[in-house]
Amino acid sequence: MIPAEFDYYRPKDMAGVLSLLEEHGDDARVMAGGHSLIPMMKLRMADVPHLIDLQDVGGLSDIEVGPDAIKIGALVTQADIIDHAGLTNVAPILREAALQIADPQVRYMGTVGGNVANGDPGNDMPGLMQCLDAAFTVVGADGERTIPAREFYEAAYMTAREDDEVLTGVTIPLPKGGYAYEKQKRKIGDYATAAAAVQITKDGGSCVSASIAMTNLSDTPIYSEAAGAALVGTSLDDAALSAAVAAMLGDIDPTEDNRGPVAFKNHVAGVILRRAIERAWSRA
Amino acid sequence: MSKKMHIKLKVNGKDEEFLAEPRELLIYTLRERLNITGPHIGCETSHCGACTVTINGKSVKSCTMFAAQADGAEITTIEGIGGPDDLHPLQEAFKEHHGLQCGYCTPGMITRATKLLEENPNPSEEEIRFGMAGNICRCTGYQNIVKSIQAAAAEMNAAKEAAE
Repeated sequence: MIPAEFDYYRPKDMAGVLSLLEEHGDDARVMAGGHSLIPMMKLRMADVPHLIDLQDVGGLSDIEVGPDAIKIGALVTQADIIDHAGLTNVAPILREAALQIADPQVRYMGTVGGNVANGDPGNDMPGLMQCLDAAFTVVGADGERTIPAREFYEAAYMTAREDDEVLTGVTIPLPKGGYAYEKQKRKIGDYATAAAAVQITKDGGSCVSASIAMTNLSDTPIYSEAAGAALVGTSLDDAALSAAVAAMLGDIDPTEDNRGPVAFKNHVAGVILRRAIERAWSRA
Repeated sequence: MSKKMHIKLKVNGKDEEFLAEPRELLIYTLRERLNITGPHIGCETSHCGACTVTINGKSVKSCTMFAAQADGAEITTIEGIGGPDDLHPLQEAFKEHHGLQCGYCTPGMITRATKLLEENPNPSEEEIRFGMAGNICRCTGYQNIVKSIQAAAAEMNAAKEAAE
């Protein structure tokens, strides 16, 4: 499988990237690890006359753990996340999720920026970022702007990022409480049949806050505010769990594909969310 | 035709320099341009791992990288790991423990396993299975691949201890 012809660029800085985007418009695409884009180019489902490789652009590969927030550069790989002890210490859900993405070879190349910017509903990081209330930084000709993860995804492969903007990093408020990233997949390397990201805080035996987002159950990740709200103030008894699952099912809109019919996906979503909530609660 | 690019690689310690179209995938560069045919083309869709090589210290599926992306990189293939007269402990162990049947996946398996053992010199069975999950074998059922890697790890650790 050989992609259609293209011109390849490897600019040394963001100014170089932006000027190429300005010059070539819709005909240009930026690439980080390439493990979503290159397979699409090989299948000729993506036509990219001008390919801009970000690997030499400085300042996009850092993980910074601050007192209130974590900053992760767009070119940080899944393997970098797994290996970063300081990050795992403050936000273990990131490592738990990254370990469930693809396989070792793909995790060395696959980046956080590519995973969140691509807009593929199968990607795990978008739902995770919605659960954590992260914000994405994009830069364009008019400068930088920040877009909340919960407002970023419009439809499959359609996001709030403009074509002439580049996603440079994500900022995550330091997560609190218990966490879980639970993913059901047919095999390693597959996208989720259903996945759930959960962060929960508790006081005594009572749930104080709960944030829940689901992956690959709609054409965008789904942050289910109602599912979280169903847990707050409860002791997470069976009735509360059932209410959260019911609320989540009201927010997702799965479609039938080779992972199963809609009824099966709804069933798996419920099972996965229940497991994720129970595990997050046990760690809270 | 898009402009050809001037690409430099260091493959198994040897400097290589050539002109290639940007769309040339690294696996084709290795196999057809440089005649390094150890890395195989299996699925060609980033799943099977038969094309695995080590690029700047990372295990990478070379069917999912353009040669242009690797410009300036150091690459190791199975040919750089050991040959018939000086088998790497992993190659020796795959031979001894029947870690292959048809052998098609083996170069990728062993190349990936060198990196796995570098990162984790004493892996459990579970860690081996997880660390090798990007490589698919359709013959062996993996049991003997796991055994081979365990045996090679023991051999390499013993050799290291003896040297200290």
